[in-house]
Amino acid sequence: MSDLLAIARRVAGAAHGGEEIEAYVSRTRETDVKVHDADVESLVVSERAGVGVRVVDGGRQGFAWAGSLDEAVIDDAVVAARDNAEFATPDECLGLVTVDEASGPAVALDLWRDDVTATDAGEKVALALAAEAATLAADPGVRAVESASYADSALEAAVVASTGVEAVAHRTSCSVASFALAGEGVDTRTGYGFSAGRAFADLDVAIAARDAATRAVRLLGAQQPHSSRLPVVLDPLVTRSLVAIIGVALGGEAIVKGRSLFVGRTGEDVAARNVTLTDDPTNPESLGASTHDSEGVPTRGVDLIVDGVLRAFLHNVYTGRRAGSGTTGSAVRGGYAATPGVGARALSLAPGPKPQAELLAAAGDALYVQSVSGLHSGTNPVSGDFSVGAEGLMLRDGAFAEPVREVTIASTLPRMLHDVVEVGADLTWLPGGGSGMTLLVDGMTVSGA
Amino acid sequence: MIEHDVLEQTIARALRAGGDFAEVFGEDRTTASARFDDGRVEELVSGRARGVGVRVVRGDTTGYAHTADLSAAGLGEAADAAAVAARDGDGQARVVSLTREPTTPYVPTMPPGAVPKARKVDLLHAADDAARAQGDSISQVSASYADARRRILVASSDGLLVEDDQTRTRFAVQCVAVGDTGRQTGSEGPGRTLGFELFDEIDAADVARIAADRALTMLRARPAPSGKLPVVLRKGAGGVLFHEACGHGLEADLVGRDASVFKGRVGERVAARGLTLVDDGTYRREWGTSVIDDEGAPTRRNVLIDDGVLTDYMWDLTRARKEGRASSGNGRRETYRSLPMVRMTNTYLLEGDEDPDGIIARTDHGLYCAALGGGQVNTATGDFVFGVTEAYLIENGRITEPVRAAQLIGNGPEVLRLVDAIGTDFETWTGTCGKDGQGVPVSSGQPTLRVGELTIGGTAGS
Repeated sequence: MSDLLAIARRVAGAAHGGEEIEAYVSRTRETDVKVHDADVESLVVSERAGVGVRVVDGGRQGFAWAGSLDEAVIDDAVVAARDNAEFATPDECLGLVTVDEASGPAVALDLWRDDVTATDAGEKVALALAAEAATLAADPGVRAVESASYADSALEAAVVASTGVEAVAHRTSCSVASFALAGEGVDTRTGYGFSAGRAFADLDVAIAARDAATRAVRLLGAQQPHSSRLPVVLDPLVTRSLVAIIGVALGGEAIVKGRSLFVGRTGEDVAARNVTLTDDPTNPESLGASTHDSEGVPTRGVDLIVDGVLRAFLHNVYTGRRAGSGTTGSAVRGGYAATPGVGARALSLAPGPKPQAELLAAAGDALYVQSVSGLHSGTNPVSGDFSVGAEGLMLRDGAFAEPVREVTIASTLPRMLHDVVEVGADLTWLPGGGSGMTLLVDGMTVSGA
Repeated sequence: MIEHDVLEQTIARALRAGGDFAEVFGEDRTTASARFDDGRVEELVSGRARGVGVRVVRGDTTGYAHTADLSAAGLGEAADAAAVAARDGDGQARVVSLTREPTTPYVPTMPPGAVPKARKVDLLHAADDAARAQGDSISQVSASYADARRRILVASSDGLLVEDDQTRTRFAVQCVAVGDTGRQTGSEGPGRTLGFELFDEIDAADVARIAADRALTMLRARPAPSGKLPVVLRKGAGGVLFHEACGHGLEADLVGRDASVFKGRVGERVAARGLTLVDDGTYRREWGTSVIDDEGAPTRRNVLIDDGVLTDYMWDLTRARKEGRASSGNGRRETYRSLPMVRMTNTYLLEGDEDPDGIIARTDHGLYCAALGGGQVNTATGDFVFGVTEAYLIENGRITEPVRAAQLIGNGPEVLRLVDAIGTDFETWTGTCGKDGQGVPVSSGQPTLRVGELTIGGTAGS
């Protein structure tokens, strides 16, 4: 860790004249195991390290990255970033984070578990093999396991700005997953199950196996239903994905550049009364928890939508200055090869009063959506258009009935937010950082035969 | 990139603990990009990554490790790490002797590294000007230029030593239009395996105008229909449907994992007559083109479906070795950090014999898809979706009103049977294909064609 901070300090310390330099240095160690038919298909052991250098001079920004911690290579990146800055158009809001902007208390979080890096590769392989075996044993309807896998990641990172701000990150995560197959030929159905955590010891193979098996087997015999307009009940995993898209539209970058359906809507009713949406990376329960953001600003909880009213957006230093509201500590970056963007780390709806069983009963006749496909191509955070593929089960009188496949569910994001009838009490934190719970949404168009 | 004898020593060391096959993959990648957004040149980015991945295969098991340390010691450590999956060997040293195979990499007439940055930035300004000139409703324009040079080396215990030098350049524009009906987007992003001479083939301003017109058209769009309708796919706009609907299901790794609806169906009729699907890694200078794949096999033109009959799957080295056959040149990986697997290159449906306008004229009531986003498939079930970003109603054989973006859903084997008209025209589309977390450049292509019926996920009645 200290070596990364030392490198970042050295790079930022190279700033001269009126320029500012930020260095983001990271090292990631990963293990990835795939098993099939009780044998290891692949075992990938990976370590990568690199640096991203941002130079801001006179409101102009240049960036360069290198997949190496070699001193000479890093120095080349500084030269390239400096050169790149000369071609940018000046913008008075551009500049590295100031000490003032990065002030405020940072939450203390312990996000590193030694057992992720200390556990032998053989034990990790054994866990993936156990997941495969448990999936096959979980239900007689499981025909095969397409693949079972184990993956972990241990991240160390340091960011230093020549303006006098620095921060470090240190966290682990791991997961075990299984993908079950049920049925034969064209009647094959698939189901996914996983268990994720910060520590190797957190993983529960039985949960991954049970979910994968149940989800595949309960879809056996699925048919395409007729088109209709129905309430839909979203599985917690689907809710998480939907909420993530809302999060993108609430990001400062989308807002200041006019690429969001929420532009200019602050203070307005944008959702039903029971919708409260918060991004709180200080919550250790979230796998996205972090003490600081990617620019070195302490994270904080941000209430985005409160009782259906739009209250705030997420900002990094640049978008916060553009919007006049300041950073919310929401800078994120996709590794050392990317400049900081804006994003949520621990997005969550406030859970409602009803457990899943009561919520299903309240839904009456509806479509229970187990999984969706084409989320990326079928949703647009700018226009709000929403149309995705779905599979799941019909609900009749609040009870699971026949399975369905090859359907699409469509609405618009603004309409869906207003049509939220119930937010489930079954909040669960999921990989990627956000949470999910069962969600009942009225008035979606279900397209089928 | 790496000395001949160091390669030989590394492969020998990787096999010290046993194993049937070992390989060293070296990659040196330099990238440059420039982005214009919100009325200004936002940033230029330069990147450099260099490293080596070592693979050891024993039976059905593959061990993989990589390093950015290209010294003999660094490679040795990676070789030891990759060998962990094959630890029951006899410990005897192997002798590996490499023979360099000559290749003829494509040499760009205008290497992007030699083009002044100011010329790249000029393209961005031209795109912004052209997009905004299409209409006052254009409220936001984002344009990006990107080039990448990737030098690769593959050396293996088969004695193979081969290198390639690949250059790709892409230009993309996204526009937002604002009107009474809200905000809409339009985008266009062609790319080729070319240097800066890409811009002899495409005009940055034209790319911008296409993106702007798409956003403006969508402002006038009414809700898309829901339910089943005949769908006519404009040339180029439907290749990704076949990429998703059947391409992925023809990847030998998924077939071997029992995760494909096309398993065991070689020689059978799987599609309508007249439908021929090829995957061609040599096709012109398209986005998925290269001289060799990332396992050193020469790329080829592979016929997958011939006049409706399934002829073959796509193969990488490990899957092909298991079957005692040759790779089809489809072993690809995103970077030296990733394990190669079976991937598509340029996947095309070949031209048929019908007049494209006639196909529309013979469609009484349907949907005309002129542009699309991406797609996704569950290869085990064949169920796929893809997003349409520019579409129109067909009424009484004529293209009429635009409709809003919507998802189309279908089942691969079913859709292949439902293709009932194939046009004489042809166009390609540039994309990035994702599989197991790795993205690789691909293109898809097809003539104007009609699918008898597909489920359209709109919000209006059909």
